[in-house]
Amino acid sequence: MKEYISNKYNNSFFSVVGALLTGMKLTIQHFLRANKRREPTYVSDPNYFKQPEGLVTLTYPYESIPVPEVGRYRLHNEIDDCIVCDLCAKICPVNCIEIESIKATEDIGITSDGTKKRLHAAVFNIDLAKCCYCGLCTTVCPTDCLTMTKVYDFPETDIKNMIYHFTDLSPEQAQEKRQKLDQQQAELAEAKAAALRAREEATKNKGIT
Amino acid sequence: MPDYFRALMIAVIFCILFLLAIVVVTAYAERKVAAFIQDRLGPTEAGPHGMLQALLDVIKLLQKEDIIPAAADKKLFAYAPIVMFAAVLAGFAVIPVTPSVIASGAYLGVFYLLAIISLDVIGLLMAGWGSNNKYAVLGAMRSVGQIVSYEIPAGLAILCVVMICQSLDLQEISFQQGILMRQFSGLEQETNYLFGLKALNLDVTTIGGITTWNIIRMPFLFIAFIIYFISSLAECNRAPFDIPEAESELVAGFHVEYSGFRFAALFLAEYSMMVLVSLVAVILFLGSWNTPLPNIGPVTLANWTTGTVGTWSSNLWAAFWLLAKTMLLLYTQIWIRWTYPRLRVDQLMHLCWKVFTPITLVLVLLCGLWRLWMI
Repeated sequence: MKEYISNKYNNSFFSVVGALLTGMKLTIQHFLRANKRREPTYVSDPNYFKQPEGLVTLTYPYESIPVPEVGRYRLHNEIDDCIVCDLCAKICPVNCIEIESIKATEDIGITSDGTKKRLHAAVFNIDLAKCCYCGLCTTVCPTDCLTMTKVYDFPETDIKNMIYHFTDLSPEQAQEKRQKLDQQQAELAEAKAAALRAREEATKNKGIT
Repeated sequence: MPDYFRALMIAVIFCILFLLAIVVVTAYAERKVAAFIQDRLGPTEAGPHGMLQALLDVIKLLQKEDIIPAAADKKLFAYAPIVMFAAVLAGFAVIPVTPSVIASGAYLGVFYLLAIISLDVIGLLMAGWGSNNKYAVLGAMRSVGQIVSYEIPAGLAILCVVMICQSLDLQEISFQQGILMRQFSGLEQETNYLFGLKALNLDVTTIGGITTWNIIRMPFLFIAFIIYFISSLAECNRAPFDIPEAESELVAGFHVEYSGFRFAALFLAEYSMMVLVSLVAVILFLGSWNTPLPNIGPVTLANWTTGTVGTWSSNLWAAFWLLAKTMLLLYTQIWIRWTYPRLRVDQLMHLCWKVFTPITLVLVLLCGLWRLWMI
């Protein structure tokens, strides 16, 4: 063991002192360069990879390295453009999107790309605590209303607040739409039944005459 | 209340306040220097550049619940921090701050100081044993073994200075290392020669400055200074000799069970010890409160930066030089801590018994010879 150590290292007094002094020199150099600091520059900045010395810490809440516009962080759904097609909920690998749709009884307009909207979103919840930020939902979205934003700092003290509600209907409004739909369905069924009855009546009458 | 007692109380209170201030500054410096060496920022939130961080830490510690472990030896546990701090504080009594300000101009100052610094060991053992915790006992035993061992090279290095100066009085040793030497009663007829060699016949008594510091009066004392400095690191359990407190293996060594005010007292004792050993190094080797600037012909830098004994300016200059040099050593202690990894126990003991002790013994012999050439 002893021979191994003495073979591997030069243990002479002066080499040891030299090594110790080299260490001291190294640390004092870092200390003396403490007046330089890393700049919170964007990755495309020519200086991004050219800051080899100085302090590397950023005082985070006050300064941070900018993230790209297309950063894959918090999800956002532009509900006005959403046709509630449920594709995002189907593709989600962790089932963090919950959608409940109501068929619209009247014309509810078109999205900004011209698609006709036919469904109300009674519930459109994304649980970002479950989300794995894979971005699959944004790729399947036919109207590009579901996007990932560059916001990554959104901690909450209560995990319930990690569920984001994107619907533009209040529960009462949703209830009202549901009732309207039920009413319409009932009316339709009524009308259908009436039509059926009328047809039966007609065939009967035809038979008599 | 007798006058001397009142004066003593004032001195003690002044000393404690001064110590608190310097410990707070050192603790802050420790964190900032560590951060800068590791390319970090260190404390930034509390006050400008985080300057209030150490102070607020102390306030936080004082507010904490006083916890004594159920199985601990309550008396030993409770008194250990006080014993440790009292031992260190007592050491400051013989430290000369300026040519005219010294709490106790004891004739045997150096001897007293060595004895007092050793008392620290009792507090350490009390803390370790009283905690009733295996890590604490291990830490305390390591610490005691280390401190007692390193007192030998440290003591021998100090002995070298005592032999060169022929005095145990710290104030007399201070006077010998500057242009004020002949103003000390008993030294009126003394002369300082360059490198202490009378044969060179270069009288530097009136040149002063760095030329009369002990490390120049007897150049081999520089080796003694290095050995004393390294030994003092071991004595105050500083890295790279922080085996007793080894965070990674013993959690925190002897003070693992301490919290709140008692931990603050231990912390204070530890940092005061750092300050004390640095002060002693400055006084014995680096010219005490004397200016480092020599008189060069008509440019009497030494006279300008010393002043007349007894005046305000003289006191301020002396205190400034003493503290500046002490701060420099404290910085070096911090710098070393964040540079070197911890030694193994056998390496530590090897360094003490097989390297430092023989070297210092040779140095003591050399100093004896040198003293003969000095007169």
